[in-house]
Amino acid sequence: MRRDPSRHRARTPWRLTIVLCALVLGGCARHEQSTLHASGAGAQRIEGLWWLMFWIAMAVFAEVMLLLGWALWRRRRARAKIRGGDAIGGIAVLGVVIPFAILVTVYGLGLRDLNALAAPRQDPAVTVDVIGHQWWWEIRYADPAGAVTANELHIPVGEPVRVRLRTADVQHSFWVPQLMPKTDLIAGKVNETWLQTGTAGSYRAQCAEYCGKQHAFMALMVVAQPRADFDAWAAATAQPATTTLTADQQRGRAVFERSSCASCHTVRGTTATGRVGPDLTTVGSRWSIGAGAAPNDAGHLGGWIVNSQTIKPGNKMPPQPVPAQDLQDLLSYLRSLK
Amino acid sequence: MSVDTEEQSRSTSRDEALAELERDWGERPSLRGWFSTVDHKRIGRRYMVTAGIFFILAGTDAMILRTQLARPNATLLSPEMYDQLFTMHGTAMIFLFSTPMFFGFGNFLVPLLIGARDMAFPRLNAFGYWVFVCAGTVMFTSQLVGRAPDGGWFGYVPLTDTPYSTGVNLDVYSLGLLFLGVSTTAGAINFIVTVVKMRAPGMSLNRMPLFVWAIVGTSFMVIFALPALNLANAMLFLDRRFGAHFFDPGHGGSTLLWQHLFWIFGHPDVYIIVMPALGIVSAVLPAFCRRGVVAYPLMVLAIVTISIISFGVWVHHMFATGLPQLSYSFFSAASTLITIPSGIQIFAWLFTMLRGRIVVRTPFLFVVGFIVTFVLGGFTGVMFAITAFDQQVTDSYFVVAHFHYVLFGGAVFPMLAGIYFWLPKFTGRMYAERLSRWAFWLVFLGFNTTFMPMHVSGLLGMPRRIYTYPGGLGWDIWNLISTVGAYILAVGLLLVLIGVVHAVRRGAPAPDDPWQGDTLEWGTTSPPRPYNFAPVPQVHSLHPMWDERTTGALAIDEPLPDHRAMTTSELDGREEGVIEMPEASLLPLAVAAGILVVVLGLLWAWYWTGWYWFAGAGALLIFGAVARWLWPPERTPEEAGVAS
Repeated sequence: MRRDPSRHRARTPWRLTIVLCALVLGGCARHEQSTLHASGAGAQRIEGLWWLMFWIAMAVFAEVMLLLGWALWRRRRARAKIRGGDAIGGIAVLGVVIPFAILVTVYGLGLRDLNALAAPRQDPAVTVDVIGHQWWWEIRYADPAGAVTANELHIPVGEPVRVRLRTADVQHSFWVPQLMPKTDLIAGKVNETWLQTGTAGSYRAQCAEYCGKQHAFMALMVVAQPRADFDAWAAATAQPATTTLTADQQRGRAVFERSSCASCHTVRGTTATGRVGPDLTTVGSRWSIGAGAAPNDAGHLGGWIVNSQTIKPGNKMPPQPVPAQDLQDLLSYLRSLK
Repeated sequence: MSVDTEEQSRSTSRDEALAELERDWGERPSLRGWFSTVDHKRIGRRYMVTAGIFFILAGTDAMILRTQLARPNATLLSPEMYDQLFTMHGTAMIFLFSTPMFFGFGNFLVPLLIGARDMAFPRLNAFGYWVFVCAGTVMFTSQLVGRAPDGGWFGYVPLTDTPYSTGVNLDVYSLGLLFLGVSTTAGAINFIVTVVKMRAPGMSLNRMPLFVWAIVGTSFMVIFALPALNLANAMLFLDRRFGAHFFDPGHGGSTLLWQHLFWIFGHPDVYIIVMPALGIVSAVLPAFCRRGVVAYPLMVLAIVTISIISFGVWVHHMFATGLPQLSYSFFSAASTLITIPSGIQIFAWLFTMLRGRIVVRTPFLFVVGFIVTFVLGGFTGVMFAITAFDQQVTDSYFVVAHFHYVLFGGAVFPMLAGIYFWLPKFTGRMYAERLSRWAFWLVFLGFNTTFMPMHVSGLLGMPRRIYTYPGGLGWDIWNLISTVGAYILAVGLLLVLIGVVHAVRRGAPAPDDPWQGDTLEWGTTSPPRPYNFAPVPQVHSLHPMWDERTTGALAIDEPLPDHRAMTTSELDGREEGVIEMPEASLLPLAVAAGILVVVLGLLWAWYWTGWYWFAGAGALLIFGAVARWLWPPERTPEEAGVAS
């Protein structure tokens, strides 16, 4: 008992910091979603709040451990005299007055941060609707209008973006740990949050409310780009799919339009207007397939089409018995949709 | 010479009186006796053993979960299996282990601590146990057949409602919890009446042990919190089975309604679990600090305050749902303040140690382990009260770490302290000190190795309730450490089990009072006779067993004859009268069986509606058995000789 367990614990954050730095500097993590490597205005505030509360907690923990250690050190001896009294003064100071002062301070700071998270400093020029589905994210830009994609949310650097949150089925939660704390997607309700970051880059996000079998693979990539790049991306994404296609791509499009693909997926500019699965107009350029379930390359895409249940069991897309040649054409078409 | 004869005759007459008490209260071992017993000690032990078995099952679930999460992209479990396992782990740990285990402690100990002969309603007590064991068995059987609830212990709609949950799984959840709620409510009412009416003469409220205060506070919370959960589950069942649309926004229902109802129960439930544990700490400390817990009035105040404020903090589970900021700030303030009464208790225990002389034995070690872990869980608890921070880390592994520090650190450590402390009283045997110390260190090390890294993985953005995760997000190593810790923890807990079994089978016979404790349970034999105390104890202070007036009187007072117990006044504990205690009976079991039939009928009706008739038959059985139970007794109080 005499070994003080607090010593081990007190070092943990340092180790954590070192490991994190190593990961970030070494680039081991392709993407991360760490709240301790915040980049957005909202998450940075919370990161500051965390470290403040962490050090207060460590100080109080040290105090408790000192009292406990002192008791175990001094009061175990046979000649320790048992003392009467109620120690009301000590309890009042250590258990009421000091904690109350700390709690009021932290509560006040927390309110300040809550207020800061409520709305961005300037009015957002960009508004995006994020609609949760089991288990993917539908992204529709209200402003600039027309851009529709899935599992990938582009924002301009340095500007606030309004995010309107709805769900098409069960409850989900929108959480971009490096940019902004959570807001739930509640059935029958529209919630709002906002994103803002000064640093261009990709920020991984993930559904944070248990939403069924594939809650684990309901990831979202937030891509922050300079305004010009963002505008270009939004304009391109708002366009219907290109019609200048190679021969095999054209065959692939025909397969897509006449097979069951079209009943669930939309490719704008074609006869495929299904609304069950994600809009595939720009599927070739997305960071992953299946909302983080697999990398977006021809091999995985082919495997997904043939039987996505082996990659993401439980998702709504049934296995597709596509003939080999058709599959090749389909892949070459889908890969061309950017 | 004549004095000697007088003493001799007095002791002979005492022996005769004791033999008579043994005849009145003792239960000859028989199969019928096993099912009909109303002895609070047997029922209490059964509660503890049954809850212990459920703990092993739910713990095994957790070990499988941790094994799956040890490395990224693992395929040990399918998503369906994972969802059932984590739901059953949580549901069982909360409903089938923690509360029943503490009800077991309370059942066994409360009458002994207040110097009573049994609970106020012994048959209701037996009934509560049978309902608990049936409900628990139904829920775990569903896991055995692969139809366990899979919507999380919190069962959020719409995921748990049609059309998103189509199996029978969530019916097991809603009906199982409704079933179990009957037991918990009956138990809570019984505790309150027992404590209010059955305390030994002289035990005014300000001389009542802190553990008893904790059980009373807990019981009041149960009575006020459970209706919300029962209502929610009844509505969920009606929604799912009969299309009631309570939670369907498409038809004017509300999904947030479920969350409010669930957490109006759910947050008090945290204290329902932790408060008896804090009571155990207050009961264990005096024996190993050689003095009473300091600041008794403040401790009582803390218990009462927590019982009340715990009903005003539920929205902090909903800080990300987009409710108005103003309501957030109120609930945030209440959630922040509720730490103060817990802080008072922590410092009171520390000052008790600082003013006493510490004797380190295993129960004391577990109390120290409790203080270390519970304080850490308290810090993260305050953090979750701060809305903005909560929004960042809620539903991540940070919250998994937090509530395991609170619930394992705050409830299981004291529970283990209590098991070692009262094992002599429960079983009449002593545990082995060396083995139990090994158990403590492994549990302490294993616990912290499991749950400390979860703070980190949570801060690194790992959401909870995911069946697997991709590598390279910085989570891999922390998850591996957690899993290793879980195995160490499992070994530690196995040593606890071995220690208990060893003590029961081979342990040294326990003296009546191995720790020189301060409360009345140490004033009777280990284990106590069926009638607990022969003469009714007379209480003159907060520490009756450290008070010669009480111990002296216990040795020489006339035994209270017959199958009777004494009632006292609510506040001052003045003698009021003598009541006749109910005999053993099979009726509690019959009513519980009736409810079981109703529940099974409703469950099976999911497959074939004909089973609704079966449920109806169960209702008839309940009606008949309750009518028989409540039938007026054949003798009037005057005839029974207990009229006041």
